[in-house]
Amino acid sequence: MKVFHALLALSVAAVLAGGSARAVELSIVSGDTGNGLKVLREILDRYEKVSGDKVTIVAMPSSGTDQFGQYRLWLAAGNSDVDVYQTDVIWAPQLASQFVDLTEATRDVVASHFPSIIQSQTVDGRLVALPIFTDAPALYYRKDLLDKYGAKVPATWKELGDTARLVMDNERASGNRDIWGFVFQGNAYEGLTCDAFEWVVSNGGGHIVEPDGAISINNAQAAAALDMAKGWIGTIAPPGVLAYQEEEARGVWQTGNAVFMRNWPYAYALGNSQGSPIKGKFDVAPLPAGTGEGARPAATLGGWNLAVSKYSKHPDAAIELVKFIASPAMQKYRTLKTANLPTIQALYDDADIASQQPIIPHWKDVFLNAGPRPSAVTRNKYNEASSQFWNAVHKTLSGEGSAADNLADLEATLTRLKGKGW
Amino acid sequence: MRQRVRSAWLFLAPMLLVLAAAAGWPLARTVYFSFTDASLSDLDARQWVGIANYVSVLRMPSGKVIYDGLLLDPVWWGAVWNTVRFAVVSVTCETILGMVVALVLNAEFPGRGIVRAAILIPWAIPTIVSAKMWQWMLNDQFGIINVVLINLGLIDTKIAWTASADTAMAAVLIVDIWKTTPFMALLILAALQMLPREIIEVARLDGANPWQIFWRVTLPLIRPAVMVAVIFRALDALRIFDLIYVLTPNNAHTKSMSVFARENLFEFDKFAYGSAASTLLFLVLALLTILTIRVGRISLEGGR
Repeated sequence: MKVFHALLALSVAAVLAGGSARAVELSIVSGDTGNGLKVLREILDRYEKVSGDKVTIVAMPSSGTDQFGQYRLWLAAGNSDVDVYQTDVIWAPQLASQFVDLTEATRDVVASHFPSIIQSQTVDGRLVALPIFTDAPALYYRKDLLDKYGAKVPATWKELGDTARLVMDNERASGNRDIWGFVFQGNAYEGLTCDAFEWVVSNGGGHIVEPDGAISINNAQAAAALDMAKGWIGTIAPPGVLAYQEEEARGVWQTGNAVFMRNWPYAYALGNSQGSPIKGKFDVAPLPAGTGEGARPAATLGGWNLAVSKYSKHPDAAIELVKFIASPAMQKYRTLKTANLPTIQALYDDADIASQQPIIPHWKDVFLNAGPRPSAVTRNKYNEASSQFWNAVHKTLSGEGSAADNLADLEATLTRLKGKGW
Repeated sequence: MRQRVRSAWLFLAPMLLVLAAAAGWPLARTVYFSFTDASLSDLDARQWVGIANYVSVLRMPSGKVIYDGLLLDPVWWGAVWNTVRFAVVSVTCETILGMVVALVLNAEFPGRGIVRAAILIPWAIPTIVSAKMWQWMLNDQFGIINVVLINLGLIDTKIAWTASADTAMAAVLIVDIWKTTPFMALLILAALQMLPREIIEVARLDGANPWQIFWRVTLPLIRPAVMVAVIFRALDALRIFDLIYVLTPNNAHTKSMSVFARENLFEFDKFAYGSAASTLLFLVLALLTILTIRVGRISLEGGR
């Protein structure tokens, strides 16, 4: 068998060296936002030149939840039309059985990536997806407004609330009627799980479900974190924030109507783009910490990866493609174009990136604070557990029941969901 | 005669085959899955579990008995209530408004053709597009609806239409009524135009006023057509998915039966549970349709 594999690898290498002789047709599915798809196409054009293969992009809606439903359906049906899937960092444990193990094929390159990201894509010792960029949210703040009122960048949520209040009240008094203090992602969806996970972790309230499987969410510090967020609604955050996803929050922020915003790196390049009213007026910092025991700044780890479908007719060609897109040269290219965070450590010290996207080296601090949602431990039940969590948070923020009651209910629901084990 | 019956079956056969393949088979599969523990991660590993997805009894070692299953799931019944409430309110409003529009369009006035075409535009727009369009119009910060209401002095703070529990369902209803009234109007208009003019003439000669003519003559005559339109709409409304899914946050205030089923089928690892929800959704639909047809026919026969 080993010999056979070696022969296979040899012949693939030979064909690769031969250039266009192979000419396989591959397809890659992605729901990237902004100019992400355009950049992916540019990368694929290069790959087509190098390999002689033809690669088509299947575009998907930007909502991760919608993508996941579709992918799961295609994979369950054994669809061989799609060879490569662009997957969210939390999907690996749920879709692992449908993807090809990349451990052998990527042995030479995995060491250059952040070990924590590789770890998040490894399920039962199988590497199911190779990271192409990572994501960690930060606190966006308006430099000009903070300077105007002599406020400093908040280090705790309490300070954020006070500063937001101060700036907002004064700005409104001077005629800026539409300004709000803070916008974030408050809609009932995965984004709220990310936001609320940060509030809870930063306040020392645990990780919802701990790595050993214990359900820890029903505690006083977690409840205090949610009560604090409830206090923002209608005071420093618009009531409509309960229906905001990333783009709605960015809409308020980028029209100059918010002092603070919690968002992912993509909003940085867009905020500084030509014609943006806040161009050059803002900066980013790590998200604030809570108060109380164990309080620290926290950020939810995001990011996207490429996985090869088990049902692909050309798995070897697909693996080559994945390795090409995840390679240092292509990650650098992507970062220069989109300000996505690379997953290769060395790129944070790259001179070109430092000069053209100065924010990237700075973001390394944010990234180092970032922790994963409990997707590894809850496995197949992650989506449902996350949905129960964001529902409890959304109810609290909407004023239906106290944080303590909702978290006690959540604990009961999660315990039932867990059953004999995750 | 027997020959005719045989050829009738022969001509029907292709249609029945297609129907069985396109509707019957998937439906049967869904019902079957609802009695298993199927998971999308590995469909072949499913096992028969009887009615456990609908109702199950769990005896804990401590002696405590826990009842579980779809029939006892408050989230499911919340979704049923949301859907039925939505269907009743939207179909009622659409029927009344559609009737008014149809009566107006039935009158002779210059430019009638253009108005008829114009009124169909909301119906012609795909639901996803109109949901997205209204989402921006209802946006709390930049939405035109809030701007108009504030400038008119009707409200003094901007309303978060789709975010607030009090207004989310109202927002869904507004968009659905806006979209579907033209459909009702068109069906009712078609019925109105089939009416023999002489009957109305006779009623008028007998001294009936327009109000009496409408209630005693027009309405009873177009009732069968209206009933068909109502059943069409009610079935559509009970399956509501896209509008709610796009327009509102995914929470308990607006979650419909279809949204619930989709969530369990594809997002959660509960394919069998979602199949059970789909099966119940089908049963609810079938039941309500039969009920509507029965009620409609009785009142038809009872009417003059």
